[in-house]
Formats: sequence, structure tokens, C-alpha cells
Amino acid sequence: MSHAAETSAEATAILGEVRPAVKPRAELVGHGRSFNWITEKICGIAEEKTPVWWWWCFGVACFVASFTVAGITYLVATGVGVWGHRSPVNWAWDIVNFVFWIGIGHAGTLISAILCLLRQKWRTSINRSAEAMTIFAVVCAGIFPVFHIGRVWYAWFLFPLPNSNYIWQNYRSPLEWDVFAVSTYGTVSVLFWYVGMIPDLATMRDRFASVGKTMKARIYGLFAMGWRGSARHWSNYEMAYLILAGVSTPLVLSVHTIVSFDFAVSLLPGWHTTIFPPYFVAGAIFSGFGMVLTLALPLRAVYRLEDLITQYHIDCMCKVILATGTMVGYAYAMEFFIAWYSSNPYEGFTFINRAFGPYWWAYFIMVSCNVITPQFFWFKSVRQNTVLVWVLAFFVNVGMWFERFVIIATSLARDFLPTSWGYYSPSIVEIFTFFGTFGVFSVLFLLFVRFLPIMAIAELKAVTPQADPHAGHGHS
Amino acid sequence: MHAAQQVRDAGYRRWDCITPFPVHGLDGAMGLGRSKVPRFSLAGGITGFCTGMAMIFYMDRFDYALTVGGKPFFSPLFAFPVSYELTILFTAFATIGGMFFVNSLPMHHHPVLHYDKIRRGTDDLFFIVIERSDTRFDAATTRALLAQAGGTDITELEG
Repeated sequence: MSHAAETSAEATAILGEVRPAVKPRAELVGHGRSFNWITEKICGIAEEKTPVWWWWCFGVACFVASFTVAGITYLVATGVGVWGHRSPVNWAWDIVNFVFWIGIGHAGTLISAILCLLRQKWRTSINRSAEAMTIFAVVCAGIFPVFHIGRVWYAWFLFPLPNSNYIWQNYRSPLEWDVFAVSTYGTVSVLFWYVGMIPDLATMRDRFASVGKTMKARIYGLFAMGWRGSARHWSNYEMAYLILAGVSTPLVLSVHTIVSFDFAVSLLPGWHTTIFPPYFVAGAIFSGFGMVLTLALPLRAVYRLEDLITQYHIDCMCKVILATGTMVGYAYAMEFFIAWYSSNPYEGFTFINRAFGPYWWAYFIMVSCNVITPQFFWFKSVRQNTVLVWVLAFFVNVGMWFERFVIIATSLARDFLPTSWGYYSPSIVEIFTFFGTFGVFSVLFLLFVRFLPIMAIAELKAVTPQADPHAGHGHS
Repeated sequence: MHAAQQVRDAGYRRWDCITPFPVHGLDGAMGLGRSKVPRFSLAGGITGFCTGMAMIFYMDRFDYALTVGGKPFFSPLFAFPVSYELTILFTAFATIGGMFFVNSLPMHHHPVLHYDKIRRGTDDLFFIVIERSDTRFDAATTRALLAQAGGTDITELEG
């Protein structure tokens, strides 16, 4: 007994001397930039004369967006048969594109909400543009299910509004859950984005007012709600922001879970699996970070934002892609294992068919883009090569589109009875409509870059070393 | 921060700090209590969840009971996803509405908004504002307090 007490006393004495290594925190704003520098830099982007490259990009984006407009106009005028859907594949590119865009949106909410709760301060320089990306991605996603209805003027039947048939929506269907999930997601994302922007809109209002641009000051001021930077307001504001982050986190997880229920609740082999919700959420974050990098890296290069989006930020994003990409790879493997382990012949066939059937090429693209590509991010030299990171992030986007295509098309094309098998290929109208959504997205994003603060100015100032009131006191 | 503590200790009630970003620990230095916004959020969340459940019960069980695949007309299980989303939706609106309400925003006519230099309060300067309606306000002593607390450029505002 006494021996044990001695040992523990010794251990305490030694532990008292052990100190964890002091590892310097990564610098989130390079070159020790001042508060004013941050304001000038971010506001300057929206205040300067419209650059020539912006007009070129905007023109190209409008042209690409016109493909969606043309595709949809033709669909509404003719009927939903202009898409390549036919039995047995009555759900294809529309739902593939929907899930693809919604998934991209998820990284924005992840950065703004989950990383906020986890106190990951590196989120501050990318959260604004990622949230913008979320909203624009939800806009693009919404186009597909709404127009797949065919008679789009009945889209309001999705919502619980009284109609002349006196019938209500069927709340037992995951598709109806999806209506609520996606519309809540869109609304809360806009609210979160806007609330985060209020102090920065006030900054822009004050800057326009001090150079005498009254009209602009009034417009920005209207949306800034008379924000004056009061500490009493900040206290309530920070609490509200924290709660919004707190509710957005379960929201973002639930949205993609419900999207996966669209499939998992059915009885189709390859869809009817319990792994879908976590697998879809990981895939969504994976694809979303791919898109964040695809957008943030050119923005960083064009506007010389290296001091705000530092190598540390790029490293963090690459590592998130690596982690979620590996999870997705694990899910692919586990699906195969369970298909074999369940001894269900339909389930087993579906997976063999996915990898070696008529859609083998799509499966091959999916695995090489989603499982192999992110593994390059193990290497520091890869993460430091911005061009290479951009290319790899682009592959992630491609791979995630194919993932949804593989899941949806292969399962539907060859289900139970060989007599009802088929092969799906998209019509030109579908291809145009999907291609055009990249234009819609780019148009919205370019307008955002031109008129709004692309980074959270107030939050960036709060993570600079000079903003820390304890600086030099040795505690945090 | 220390200036804010001095003003607080001098016993002022109707005063404020203007800062370009939320300063960590300033609410403590000003003697502010915990924000009341979460109360609005909780009320919103409860309302949202009850709305979802009640709406689905009314529609699918009471108003027009529809048989689909022999499933029950109402069960809290299938009503849960929609109620869950409405909980979040209502919480978000209540939080933001509550924040605006507690902060008395939007208010576009506050006197400090008409003070030229305050415009840098959203850029890189820090201000302390003491209102004349405060019971302890006295032009000379207040000015002296602010000067002693390290204030430069002390101005009286009309409004």
C-alpha cells in the first residue's frame, strides 16, 4: 500500500515537471497585416472599377447559363419526355444533378457552422465565399426536381397549401421530407449568410459615406440595418451567430441524410442500404471542399489574397478532402463487402454489375477520381503546389458527379427481372440543361464577388494577433 | 478594455463601446450579462416542432386521411423529419428576429451614425459612447473620466 503511494507521489512529481511542447499557432493573416489593411483589401475588391476580366467571365457565364434557359424552355413547351428518361430508368440526370449540387452546397455550411462550433479559426477567410457557394448551389439543385415535375406550374403542390382537390401531401414519403429539408436548408443558409454579412455591410456603408457616395451608402446601409458596432449589439450578435451555427450543424447533416433516404427507403438493390446517410454526408463534404478549392484558388490568385488565404488554409482544406475522400472509399468497399456478406443474390449482382456491367466506365471514373485523387494530399509538396491542388479538386468534382450517376443509373437499369432491364443515356436537352447550371452558378458567384464583401472582414480582424486582448499575457 | 472597466466602475449605465469586431472579453469588462437571444431560439424551436407534428396530424389523420401502402395515418416517426426541419427553420427565424429585437435594430437614426469619425469604428478605431440621459452624466467629469481612461479626441454629439 505504502509502496503504491510512493510510486504515485513520484509520478506526480515527474508529471509536474513535464510540459507539453509549445507549438506556435499557425498565422491566419500573413505578414501581420493591420485592421485597416484588411478593410481596404476586402472592400477594395467591391469598390474598384469593374475589371475587364470580370466582364469577360460574366459574358461567358451568361452564355453558358443560356443553355439551361433554353433547355428548360424547350422542356416546359414540349413535355418532360424531352429528357432521356424511359422505363426502367425514370430517374436519372435530374436527380444526379440535384444531389451533386446539393452536396456541393454542404461544404459551405460545414465551414460556416461546424468549424465555428469546433473553433477552427481558419474558417474565417473562406466562410463567406463558401456560404455564397452553398446558396448558389442550392439554386442550381432546385432547378432539376422542380422541372422534372413536367408541369412546373403545379410545383406548389409540393407545399402544404390548400388546393381544390382537398388532398394533402403524403408525409410518409421521403420525397416530401426532402421538400422540407431542402427548402429549410436554402432559407437558413441565406439567413446565416446575411446575418454574418451585416457588420461588413456596415463597414462598406461607412466607407461609401465617407467618400460621399450617398446612394451606395444608403443601399448598403439599408441592408446593414443601422449596425454601428456597439459592444452590446456584438454580444447578442455573437450569441445569435453561435445558435445559428448550432442549428445549421444538425441541419446540414439531416439534409443529406434525407436526400439519401430518397434512395435508402426504396427496396431497390444498391439503394436499400443503411450505410447511405453517413456515406452521403461524407461524400457531400468531400465534393463541397473540392468546389471551395476550385473557386477559392483562382480568387486568391486574381485578387492577391495570399495573406488571407494562406498555405495553412489550403493545407487544412486538402486534409479535409483527404479524410472525407478516404471515408468515401471505405464506403465503396463496405458496400461490396455487405453485398457479398448478405448473400442476397440481387444485391450481389448489383455490385458486380456496377463495376463490370455496361456502366463500368462510370464506375472506373468514380473510383479513380474519388478514391485515388485525394490520396495525393498526403504529400506536403502536393498541397503546396496550388495548380496541382486546383486540378485535383476539379477531379474530385468530376468523381462525385459520377458517384451519383453510378448509384442511380446502374441500380435502376438492371434491377430484379432481366426482361425489364434497359440502358440509359441522356438526351441532348438534359446535357444542355446540366451544362448551363455551371453558367447559372458562375453568374451568381461573379455578381457576389463584384458587389459584396467576399470575406468576413470583422471575423478576420478578430483572429489577428493584435485583436487578442491577452496578447503577451501567456494565456488564451 | 481597461477603459471600459473604468467606465463600468464609475457606475455609468447608459453607455456603449463601438468596435470594428467582437472583442473577446469586452462584455465582461463592460459588465454585460448573458445575452437573452437563446430564450427566443428555444421558443422558436418548440413552436417549430409542435407546428410540424400538429400540421401532419391535422392533414394526414384528421382532415383527409389517405391510405398509402397500408401504413398508419399518423405516427410521430414519419412525422419526425419534417417536424425536425421546421424546428430548425423556426429556431433560425426566432434567433435572428430575437437578435434584432434585443438590439433594437434596424435603427438608422442613431446619433453616433451621424458622427464622421465613427465611420472608422467599423474599420479600425475603438470608441466609448456615454449617453447624456445617464444619471451620472456630467459634461466635465465624464470628459475627465474618458481622458483619464486614455481617450483621445473626446466629442459631444447632438441628437
